[in-house]
Amino acid sequence: MARAMTGAEMVIKALCDQGVEVLFGYPGGAVLPIYDELFQQDKIQHILVRQEGGAVHAAEGYARSTGKVGVVLVTSGPGATNAVTGLTDALMDSIPLVCITGQVPTHLIGNDAFQECDTVGITRPCTKHNWLVKNINDLSRVLHEAFHIARSGRPGPVVVDIPKDIQFALGNYVGPSNIAHKTYRPKLKPDQGPVREAIELMANAKRPVFYTGGGVINSGPKASQLLRELVRLTGFPITSTLMGLGAYPASDKQWLGMLGMHGTYEANWAMHDCDVMVCVGARFDDRITGRLDAFSPGSKKIHIDIDPSSINKNVHVDVPIIGDVAYVLEDMLRLWKAHSAVLDKSAHKVWWKQIEGWRAKKSLSYKQGSDVIMPQYAVERLYQLTKNRDTYITTEVGQHQMWAAQLYNFEEPNRWMTSGGLGTMGYGLPAAIGAQLAHPKSLVIDIAGDASILMNIQECSTAVQYDLPVKVFILNNQYMGMVRQWQQLLHGNRLSHSYTESLPDFVKLAEAYGWVGMRCEKPGDLDGAITEMINVKKPVIFDCRVAALANCFPMIPSGKPHNEMLLGDTMTDEEVGRAIGKEGKVLV
Amino acid sequence: MINPNPQSHYTAPAIREDVVSRTLSVIVDNEPGTLARVIGLFSGRGYNIDSLTVTETEHEKHISRITIVTRGTPAVIEQIKHQLERLVPVHRVRDLTLEGRALEREMALIKVAGKGEKRIEALRLAEIFRAQVVDTSIEHFVFEITGKPSKLETFINLMMELGLVEVSRTGIAAIGRGASAM
Repeated sequence: MARAMTGAEMVIKALCDQGVEVLFGYPGGAVLPIYDELFQQDKIQHILVRQEGGAVHAAEGYARSTGKVGVVLVTSGPGATNAVTGLTDALMDSIPLVCITGQVPTHLIGNDAFQECDTVGITRPCTKHNWLVKNINDLSRVLHEAFHIARSGRPGPVVVDIPKDIQFALGNYVGPSNIAHKTYRPKLKPDQGPVREAIELMANAKRPVFYTGGGVINSGPKASQLLRELVRLTGFPITSTLMGLGAYPASDKQWLGMLGMHGTYEANWAMHDCDVMVCVGARFDDRITGRLDAFSPGSKKIHIDIDPSSINKNVHVDVPIIGDVAYVLEDMLRLWKAHSAVLDKSAHKVWWKQIEGWRAKKSLSYKQGSDVIMPQYAVERLYQLTKNRDTYITTEVGQHQMWAAQLYNFEEPNRWMTSGGLGTMGYGLPAAIGAQLAHPKSLVIDIAGDASILMNIQECSTAVQYDLPVKVFILNNQYMGMVRQWQQLLHGNRLSHSYTESLPDFVKLAEAYGWVGMRCEKPGDLDGAITEMINVKKPVIFDCRVAALANCFPMIPSGKPHNEMLLGDTMTDEEVGRAIGKEGKVLV
Repeated sequence: MINPNPQSHYTAPAIREDVVSRTLSVIVDNEPGTLARVIGLFSGRGYNIDSLTVTETEHEKHISRITIVTRGTPAVIEQIKHQLERLVPVHRVRDLTLEGRALEREMALIKVAGKGEKRIEALRLAEIFRAQVVDTSIEHFVFEITGKPSKLETFINLMMELGLVEVSRTGIAAIGRGASAM
């Protein structure tokens, strides 16, 4: 039922009607009326961040760890432009966000007013959709539409830009309705034809592999359950992208580990040599495929995706299935169970034997001495000491992120928050704050690098304000490690500006913010220190001093196919320097 | 397939295909920013626009029809279609070229200045091409000509020798043949 209220009241009412409990934001001139309404209510908790970029990443962490929509409130101009990185990040990783931005009053739009920017223009390419609301009677409909679009189909960020005069204006509020959107209708249920074709291909496969991605996580916990059931029923090996970790338990014997540029030897070789590839909610990203014309040359490819534009974008597939992963897997399971075909058990046996051979290379191995902590060892010990707890892991971007993905074994979905598509340094701390808010009793750890953590270090202050005991576990090698590694691989080891000469004292920095600071330098002290960190009830920065020049291996060098992976422990520095040819150098 | 950066393998496809020209009809909600979304999609993803026309066609429903002539390999055209369909205010997208011999028409206003024989010749050619004179003085004509883009092209080329001053073209409007709507 419609009733008159101000625009600012409508914003709060719409958020309540959409079930929003937490809002991440930063006030400013153009959103003051909404902040005034926030002040006068107690249903929605507002989390004051220290920079708008932090608000968006925090909302991403909240959304990714709960499956709910993350909500952000920022002011016009710099508030909106600071949000752009996070919005792009959410778009690339398909994270549902609603970002409400204040705007200068409608009569000033276009006048270069104070703190004015063309928010909808700037955010058009980095959102799933956006709106500038110029009529108060459109506001409530637009807000509900925003939530619908953010969370349904392929999820993503949306922006609602609200001029200040609209926040003051009186109009009619309408509640959420179930009326179908006139143009936006994502297809959730698959056509049965291609599903049957897929089952037929799978039933006759000799060297099958599941290649799964973030779409399984986005589809919800049921999708992960169905995936587990189908994978176990078929007996096929399974690998996953960075974004899909946790959908399938890493402890399972069918699990091959992550694939792609820093994926395991067995996962990448299985992708290269398979005859049937079942891609579930992944998008054949360039980190996954390596050299395209040599990507899995002998396989028939089945691609399940909710977004038709993902089909045949990078890699031609034989059986495209458009639909939500959970619906598709449900149909596949039903058909698989009904299918009476006899699997080629002997071929599968040969295939698994081959896989075990690749696995025996132990591509993630490293040498841990008694003096210096290897970064891989640090992640491994962190995993061993936290695996039996209720743990959520976030990361920044770089070597530490890849080591975390390789060595921290995830058993459940929504436990792993990382910036995959955009690769945003500074993501991990605010994302951990968002995850900790959603799961106050859980252990939330940001596995960080010394360079990345400084990009949003101001959010330490936010964690203190809301009593969020997040742990920041810094693999401190004093370099931008991944940049340094690439300089070694591609640029004659000329380490141009990748060494941070004046890092802060992280222990003192922690204390300055009201956190607990810890440092560990010896492998022998590590377990004790990690245990101490876990037991501290306050936020902790853990400065873990690790080997400065460790490289992240295995690695598919740029311009190379999966079967030309580099294995770290067999290479000398000279070989690393020669590993990438001229053609590979221009690639990212 | 066109590879915008020949040094990079990421956009290089396994199969090389020829570039084709296609006329797409896009039915959209006429709301602020819709055209910017469509154009931004083309520039952001590196697609070509050879011609673009847009006007509201159903005023009560605020629906506009955008006609885009684009070039690319069939795979790229397929991507363009899907990317367009992904935009929230887009109702539907049709590849008119693929669906049959679509009707394509364009209008141009052409200003020609000259005296004597050249002026008479310009007028004579205009008659042959069924171009209308919509403005004139003793020194110039403005012709209005409608037809297939190739006809306009021919006429403009002929006028070059006869004192062509400037040309304004509308871009292509297109519609499928037969009784049914897209």
